[in-house]
Amino acid sequence: MQPRPVGLKILDVVSIAVLAISAYLALVFAPTEAVMGDVQRVFYFHIGTAWVGLLGFIVAAIAGIAYLVSKNMMWDRFEVAAVEVSAVFFFITIALGSIWARPVWNTWWTWDPRLTTAAITELIYIAYFMLRQGIDEPEKRARFGAVYTLLGGISAPITFMVIRLFRTIHPVVIGAANGDQAKMNMDGDMKIAFFFALFAFTVIFADLIWHRLRLGALEEKVEALKLNSSM
Amino acid sequence: MNKDKNETQNAEGRMKNSAENIHPSSFIVHHSPHPSLLKATFAIVRKDLAAEFRSFELVSAMLVFSLLVIIIFNFALELDIKVREAANAGILWTTFAFAGTLGLNRSMSVEKDRGCMDGLLLAPVDRSAIYFGKALSNLAFMIVVEAIVIPVYSMLYNVNLFRLDLLAVILLGSIGYAAVGTLLAAMSVQTRMREVLLPILLFPVAIPVLLAAVKCSSGLLAGDAFSEILTPFNLLLVYDVIFIAIAFMTFDFVVEE
Repeated sequence: MQPRPVGLKILDVVSIAVLAISAYLALVFAPTEAVMGDVQRVFYFHIGTAWVGLLGFIVAAIAGIAYLVSKNMMWDRFEVAAVEVSAVFFFITIALGSIWARPVWNTWWTWDPRLTTAAITELIYIAYFMLRQGIDEPEKRARFGAVYTLLGGISAPITFMVIRLFRTIHPVVIGAANGDQAKMNMDGDMKIAFFFALFAFTVIFADLIWHRLRLGALEEKVEALKLNSSM
Repeated sequence: MNKDKNETQNAEGRMKNSAENIHPSSFIVHHSPHPSLLKATFAIVRKDLAAEFRSFELVSAMLVFSLLVIIIFNFALELDIKVREAANAGILWTTFAFAGTLGLNRSMSVEKDRGCMDGLLLAPVDRSAIYFGKALSNLAFMIVVEAIVIPVYSMLYNVNLFRLDLLAVILLGSIGYAAVGTLLAAMSVQTRMREVLLPILLFPVAIPVLLAAVKCSSGLLAGDAFSEILTPFNLLLVYDVIFIAIAFMTFDFVVEE
């Protein structure tokens, strides 16, 4: 394996640093929320991971389009990397949301529209992996994967936006909410922690994708070697 | 491709008429234009419907399956009058969705198994005509099944489903479902898991359509005014358009070899 490029080494260190700072900001620096208490601190990472979870979906859809246009396998690796990393982050989002919901809503899970769409999004990710697993030829796998991410990547974000039209008990923090939706107002220090969490997870996301891209290249090498040795 | 075919046909025609030598340039004289998208689409729909009318395999399987699903719901939910009022729309759409996958799978695997898909791909028509043809015939099968399930359901559970607005919602929901289902069925038949994979791929993607359709239907059945279900209704329309557009654009990539 080739040694890690310097840029990646730096990004690794930065990722760990921003994660530590973000954790400090969320757990210590930000003021305790008046009604919910300390459990509200989950919110910063919840939003951070949700943001990259959805970002990855959109990135994957764009990579899918790029693959279909250029037929360059690099885009396929990029797409897999984005979906894989986001799937994990999105799962963390749901888990953190559950931890928050237990004391606040008094239940781990409820079939609220927002939660339901989150679950569906995660299921689209899983379906994507099952689809890829069922195809042996790399070229066809890439093509089908691209089409599926395009389908999922366009429908999921719209669903997330549209869902605001329905009545939901999920708090809306950014943008105008419906009259009957809970709206959180953030204190200045909370905003710092919030935006830093967004930034931190974006950096970590980029770092993980870079690693996954390198892994993808290795995978392809192994596949090619296997093919050679069997012939 | 089309030109080749016409050329050979022209050439054959000429050979019969006269044995004289044919100059290559005369090949290109009369070539009919490619069949239009609409014509090609309806040719494929006609083929599917004709094949179905011979056997009624697909529709009868979907129909029996639908009735079984309704009966299972009846036991599982113990549909007394109170539960039923709230659950009607959900049960109907679950039934249509399940029966729909059955039809989608079958209509695509028939093409795949005997190499018919290759034949279709070789035809000198636009690939999107194949997509629209298959999607329309899938939609037609769904509508036939719905046309039987709805009166039966109305009778069994004493609820009037014959309302123009409700039927319109059912039609729109079926359009979205068939549009994305046809694309995904064309993908899943080419994978190792084949039929098993279709519901796994289709349901999470199609849920927005189903969700909107269920919300519309239950609103209508509860006696809400049309203005009250406008949000899910618009959502249904938007998803129909999005799914048809994406499937139309990407179908080429799914069937190419």
